[in-house]
Amino acid sequence: MQSDTTKPTDRVSDRPVVTRRLDRFLLGLADVSSFIGRFFREALLPPYEFKEIVRQCYEVGFRSLLLISTTGFITGIVFTNQSRPSLSEFGATSWLPSLIAIAIVRALGPLVTALIAAGKVGSSIGAELGSMNVTEQIDAMEVSGTDPFKFLVVTRVLATSFTIPLLTMYTIFVGLIGAYINVNQNEQTSFTSFMQEVFGAITYLDIFASVLKSIVFGFTIGMVGCYKGYHSSKGTEGVGKAANSAVVTSMFLVFIEELLSLQIVGAIRGS
Amino acid sequence: MTSSTEPVISIKGLRKSFGDLHVLRGVDLEVNRGENVAVLGRSGTGKSVLIKLMVGLLKPDAGSILVLGQDVQTLQGKELDLFRQKVGFSFQSSALYDSMSIRENLEFPLVRNVRNLSRGEIDKAVEEALDDVGLSQTINQMPSELSGGQRKRIGIARTLILKPDIMLYDEPTAGLDPITSIEINNLINEVRERFGATSIIITHDLTCAKTTGDRVAMLLDGKFERVGTFEDVFADPDERIQQFYNYKFVN
Repeated sequence: MQSDTTKPTDRVSDRPVVTRRLDRFLLGLADVSSFIGRFFREALLPPYEFKEIVRQCYEVGFRSLLLISTTGFITGIVFTNQSRPSLSEFGATSWLPSLIAIAIVRALGPLVTALIAAGKVGSSIGAELGSMNVTEQIDAMEVSGTDPFKFLVVTRVLATSFTIPLLTMYTIFVGLIGAYINVNQNEQTSFTSFMQEVFGAITYLDIFASVLKSIVFGFTIGMVGCYKGYHSSKGTEGVGKAANSAVVTSMFLVFIEELLSLQIVGAIRGS
Repeated sequence: MTSSTEPVISIKGLRKSFGDLHVLRGVDLEVNRGENVAVLGRSGTGKSVLIKLMVGLLKPDAGSILVLGQDVQTLQGKELDLFRQKVGFSFQSSALYDSMSIRENLEFPLVRNVRNLSRGEIDKAVEEALDDVGLSQTINQMPSELSGGQRKRIGIARTLILKPDIMLYDEPTAGLDPITSIEINNLINEVRERFGATSIIITHDLTCAKTTGDRVAMLLDGKFERVGTFEDVFADPDERIQQFYNYKFVN
């Protein structure tokens, strides 16, 4: 409904600057909470848009594969190369596969995937929904008897929440391949012993935490992109701002979530 | 086709404000079955707001809107969806879904509102709707490949596919050349003739209002100050109405 797409800032009345900013912040927070609440409510209630979810998974996942492959592969090579001098100072280059495995599985894989997805998928969702809002396509969907929130927002957030963990696993795999090539060229380590070192270093907790973290990253990227697009101001400038803001906000939140997950997993590991 | 005296749209004391901007200040209007009413007014006077209120896209501050005997404000969920199937809305920007082909655009309201249709029935309905607006050849094209006039026609076809009882047109001829505008005006009249639809046409195009409207309602200062035939309304010496009418002769 159009009244739902009004920006929270529009509803702030004329007051002193400080209270106005506080009002705006609190109204924004309430608006985001209500948006997230609506997502869960509508995601659980039928009808379910399975066909559209699959289409969005294809858009988010398959169309990002080339970029993810390249980035993951290069990250593996560069990280290995940059880590070698520090380890070789202590004569510990044999620890390279373990170090790389821990770094890629625990942090680099999920983080690189989320940042790439925030740039590619988040901006695309923000721009698409923003332009649909500007050109009254969201209103048109509503008057044709289709819930646009369910069709546009729920499907995209579910797609990012499901696909980004898969892309993360893929990035980890490609990153490790890149690392192996570098290690193999420099230390002549065989693939089998490289993999033995890798799997010896990582635990189930690492993999579980990475997957869980990626689901949260995916949810954040989808939700931020949809929220910014759905609430974009009218006009082409609004579309640009929605896309830009979707990227900046989701990247920022991904880093905050990474920091939080570091503390949580650290606490679990320590107990 | 002549209109009956049975009102299918009844608006009373309708008010709508956006902050300090009071757009509608007590609008009253009755539209009979099969009638075409053209709503005229300056830009920003709340013409589009009026029809958005009629389909529940906006909520009024006060007043009542009865459409097809239903109080729009009380409708929710499935009831609202069912109601909206009976009311076609042609948007000013056409609002075609950019990421879908013309076939998919037309199928969209049909497959989502009418269950258990076979592929053949859907194809037939799409082809018929496109044929009604004379654009059968565009079926596999994307909206970006169409001209402004074609987009308007497809937008109308998309609403016609559900065979609505009421059609709401938001600036149907805005931004179109005179020839295409005439085609759109004829199409609006054809929709009334063929489907018996009651229509409200929001416009500031006098030719459109004169060609399509059985009655003209002039929105001035948030109210319908003058309602009647085109000739009656513009016979009024009110300066605001005469300014509107004489625009084409200025300079």
